Amino acid sequence: MKPDFNRIAAYLVGDQQADRMVPPTGFTARLTLFAAGAMAFLTVFALALSLATGRLADRWSDELARASTLRISAPMDQRAAQTEAALRLLQTTPGVASARALDEAEQRALLEPWFGPDLPLETLPIPQLIEVIESPEGFDAAGLRLRLAAEVPGAVLDDHTRWRRPLVSAADRLRLLGWVSIALIGATTAAMITMAAQAALAANAQVIAVLRLVGARDVYIAGAFVRRFTLRSLIGSAIGTVLGMIAVLLLPSAQAEAGFLTGLGFQGWHWIWPLVIPPLGGAVAFAATRHAAHRTLRELT
Amino acid sequence: MIELEKVAMSYGGGELLGDISLTLSPGSFHFLTGPSGAGKTTFLKLCYGALTPTAGDVRLFGTDLRAMSRDDVAMARRRIGVVHQDVQFLDHLPVADNVALPLTVSGHDRLQETENLTELLNWVGLSKRADALPAELSGGERQRAALARAVIMSPEVILADEPTGNIDWEMSQRLLQLLVELNRMGKTIMIATHDMNLIRAAKSQVQARVLRISQRRLQAAGVDL
Repeated sequence: MKPDFNRIAAYLVGDQQADRMVPPTGFTARLTLFAAGAMAFLTVFALALSLATGRLADRWSDELARASTLRISAPMDQRAAQTEAALRLLQTTPGVASARALDEAEQRALLEPWFGPDLPLETLPIPQLIEVIESPEGFDAAGLRLRLAAEVPGAVLDDHTRWRRPLVSAADRLRLLGWVSIALIGATTAAMITMAAQAALAANAQVIAVLRLVGARDVYIAGAFVRRFTLRSLIGSAIGTVLGMIAVLLLPSAQAEAGFLTGLGFQGWHWIWPLVIPPLGGAVAFAATRHAAHRTLRELT
Repeated sequence: MIELEKVAMSYGGGELLGDISLTLSPGSFHFLTGPSGAGKTTFLKLCYGALTPTAGDVRLFGTDLRAMSRDDVAMARRRIGVVHQDVQFLDHLPVADNVALPLTVSGHDRLQETENLTELLNWVGLSKRADALPAELSGGERQRAALARAVIMSPEVILADEPTGNIDWEMSQRLLQLLVELNRMGKTIMIATHDMNLIRAAKSQVQARVLRISQRRLQAAGVDL
């Protein structure tokens, strides 16, 4: 079914006469506005969390799966020869896109966070690292280990799965928690709007009775309330979302050193996602108020 | 138009009305009398579908009330004008809007009906009070506004519950005059009242039937008045 935007727009603009039927209530209006705004604000963060951890999980499972490390721990005099042999072997291994020995500067950069900048690397028996990039088909790790054991005794292949798996599953769990939070926030919004709507319906019982007596259909009476709460919640969510997005924007951006953790904010087209919150908040309010109004009306004759 | 067949109405065990059969035919004029608490208001509520009888059948414009949806009842009410005992206005809206309420809720364009509304307010003598709030009106003005609201949709039936309940004799007569005029235009009228003078005044102008609720039954009163 295609949504009829003209009808939705006409509904939101509303029938001014119908809106006047229900006396305006400043206080509950402000409360609804505030609740919707606060919930939208929280949703922005839950969304940012979900998307960021999603990104993290993807990155870890993707990039790390494509890369493996070969460590050559041989006596200093044999290291260069074994490295050569390993590189030759890797070049002939199906599924390996490229293999490259890290130079001294790169190895130093890797150790720097732990040992400080002035490490005399030459004097230490640091194993040589070879970065292996897989082709999309991947290689047979077990087969490669066997060949290496035969030809390059000092080589140890690390395909990262051992420590990658728990990290990815942690990130996945975190992402799930983010979505659960969003669902809970949505349900809480619905609950709060329902209570506010019910209070408004109770406060206006007399108005509803009069409208019913002069021949108003349920749709008309419910509409006056539903439109009001949908609009308030739409406006509140919009304000909350904008504030939330500004707050996310002001988060310290991820530095190169912390690139491993990725920034918590939105990236690229993900900025579109929070814009979904206001219409969603409006939709939740619409459904909640409609339900409450029709339930109240059914009890009237 | 409105038919009641062997209708009974009980509240919490006690029977208020029982074995009531009545057919309101087009153009008829009825008075409904009886002591306070006899069930006049309940009887009228049965007639416009605000209550469902505990036994028997009510038919509004040929349809059984029990078979009608909530929307059907709303539609039937647009054909029945009701003057409530406690008038029932929206207190935050001016008189003109309250009188036009049935038009508004049935989706009529108020602007197209402006002339109608002005004429109607003139007829009930409220044109100068159009912008007043209901709370600012006197008892008689409220009753006349309620009558105006009851007839604005040009209903086929008008039910009035104690329309002269708290107004003076002169005003009562004016109100009765309006109802008699409506009856001459072909509307079916039913007035619940315990004001015998009002009934006598009406009898000199229209052929009115008087019904009395007595001991839970509806009886034709009449000649002795």
